[in-house]
Amino acid sequence: MTPAGWIVMVLSCGVVLALVAFCLYRVLTTPASTEHMHAPLDIDTRDTEE
Amino acid sequence: MASASPTRETPALAKENWGSRLGVILAVAGSAVGLGNFLRFPGLAAIHGGGVFMIPYFISLLILGIPICWVEWTIGRYGGAQGFNSSPGIFSVLWPNRISKYFGALALVIPVGIYIYYVYIEAWCLAYAWDYASGRLMTYGRDVAGYKSHFERFVGMEANGFLLHGNVQESLIFLVIVFVVNFILIYRGLAKGIETFCTFAMPLLLLVGLVLLVRVLTLGAPEPPPPGENIGKALGFMWNPRGEGGDPWKALTNPELWLAAAGQIFFSLSVGFGIILNYASYLRPDDDVALSGLTASSMNEFCEVCLGGLITVPVAFLFLGPADLNKDVLGTSLSLGFMALPAVFARMPAGQFFGALWFFMLFLAAITSSLSMLQPAIAFLEEGLGMGRRFSVACLGLITAIGGLLVVYFSKGLIGLDTMDFWVGTVFIFVLATVQVILVGWVFGIDRAREELRRGAQLEVPGIFWWIVKYVSPVYLLAIFSLWCYRNIPAKCREVRNMESEDRATVILMLALIVLLMLFFGLLVNLAAKRWARLGRLPGPAIRERSEQNRT
Repeated sequence: MTPAGWIVMVLSCGVVLALVAFCLYRVLTTPASTEHMHAPLDIDTRDTEE
Repeated sequence: MASASPTRETPALAKENWGSRLGVILAVAGSAVGLGNFLRFPGLAAIHGGGVFMIPYFISLLILGIPICWVEWTIGRYGGAQGFNSSPGIFSVLWPNRISKYFGALALVIPVGIYIYYVYIEAWCLAYAWDYASGRLMTYGRDVAGYKSHFERFVGMEANGFLLHGNVQESLIFLVIVFVVNFILIYRGLAKGIETFCTFAMPLLLLVGLVLLVRVLTLGAPEPPPPGENIGKALGFMWNPRGEGGDPWKALTNPELWLAAAGQIFFSLSVGFGIILNYASYLRPDDDVALSGLTASSMNEFCEVCLGGLITVPVAFLFLGPADLNKDVLGTSLSLGFMALPAVFARMPAGQFFGALWFFMLFLAAITSSLSMLQPAIAFLEEGLGMGRRFSVACLGLITAIGGLLVVYFSKGLIGLDTMDFWVGTVFIFVLATVQVILVGWVFGIDRAREELRRGAQLEVPGIFWWIVKYVSPVYLLAIFSLWCYRNIPAKCREVRNMESEDRATVILMLALIVLLMLFFGLLVNLAAKRWARLGRLPGPAIRERSEQNRT
């Protein structure tokens, strides 16, 4: 195997491995988003004023 | 009148959802990872200059593969949020026009048409795995010609109807098994069937792939060795940049190289199949698509570059030598997978075990793909015609069984299978992907698409990608498609003209089947559109505006 072959192989596999590792890390560590629904505390019922 | 927006007033529209985020990523990755990752990619790379091939390959991934993937995820989720899981419905909300839904019909014909022959190849993989496990395939020794004639008998290449005469053939038994397994899983539904299966099958596939990779990289030199062959040389055959006249970089000026690389990226990521569109439609409106889409694509690339690139061609070179790895063997997945590699396992220590493992891995890759091909049509039959799960599965089972039987019967030279693959598995995919990119870039609008992708995104997509989607991808896609048509369609027509009359009749019959499928789904889409209009589900501009407001 020539040095150029080594470079191509290591770069190709390295880039793909880095990308898949980054993506999986982000997917597994970031909580999935939930629908933005208004919680009861966000709703101003205007019945708390004196 | 019912609103088309994803509000709680329309609970009937929200039918199925994915169980988990990792589940949908594994399902999409499973759909993309197929035989092409392990057989087509390494063969193409070895033919087209080894390491040189990787340059147009990665460029195509960046400007064609990933942008189109994101487009499909985005419009799929958008369509799902508007209450549609099937491509005719999704296309109708993207482009409220009388004809848009018929483009969506293409996204039904493609997966169903491909399933008709793909499930047969899937059955071969399982049968070969079984035959290795039971030792039956070790009887041919090291003779490539022996495996070639075995394969030709196994699939009935000698004559039409060969498999249906006389004794029950092994390939048919496995076809029935695989066919039934696919429909049982699809009947169980999205989360319980497809997602649960892929959650186990994809990690298992990766594990088996890694075991095979370690085995290949630790092989050293075969016993007895072909003169001067070792694993270093074998990897060099795959990865060393090569070119005519000793200048590897000159190969980059060859349009064939770019065509092959772009085509591989395109087919490998399963863009243009209508599957990602359907899968993404089951996401919730705020679910991330940017990171999920990139993760599924990168998993596919891992299987292709790291597993396919390091296993298939190096191991074939190591045991067979360069003489047996000519263009004819490397250029066709079936020759490499089912004729050359069995001779490799016969020469490898513990070859019976690793042969079984290899074909089992191919089977897993194939079944996770074939499952995804059924879901778009099931979704359409359910939401378009109001069919129940059982009835829609039964209808699709009948359609694919009839098509599958035709492919099995017209087995001479695999002409029937080849015709389906050429038109449905290649030409139609190019057409659908081009329609999707133009629709998003020029009809739906880049600004709306960008907003849609950003909703819930856990990854910032660089702005340049939208410029690529609008200008570069359509031009690149059209250029590649035109060049591909210019090179392949006249040659295909000449080939058909020069065929014997029996073979020509097979091609015509398969073309008739494809046309029939298109008419059938076109008619069903027409019926579905009338039903949706009756129910007030087809989006006029007012409904679309209201649904946009509801979402923001």
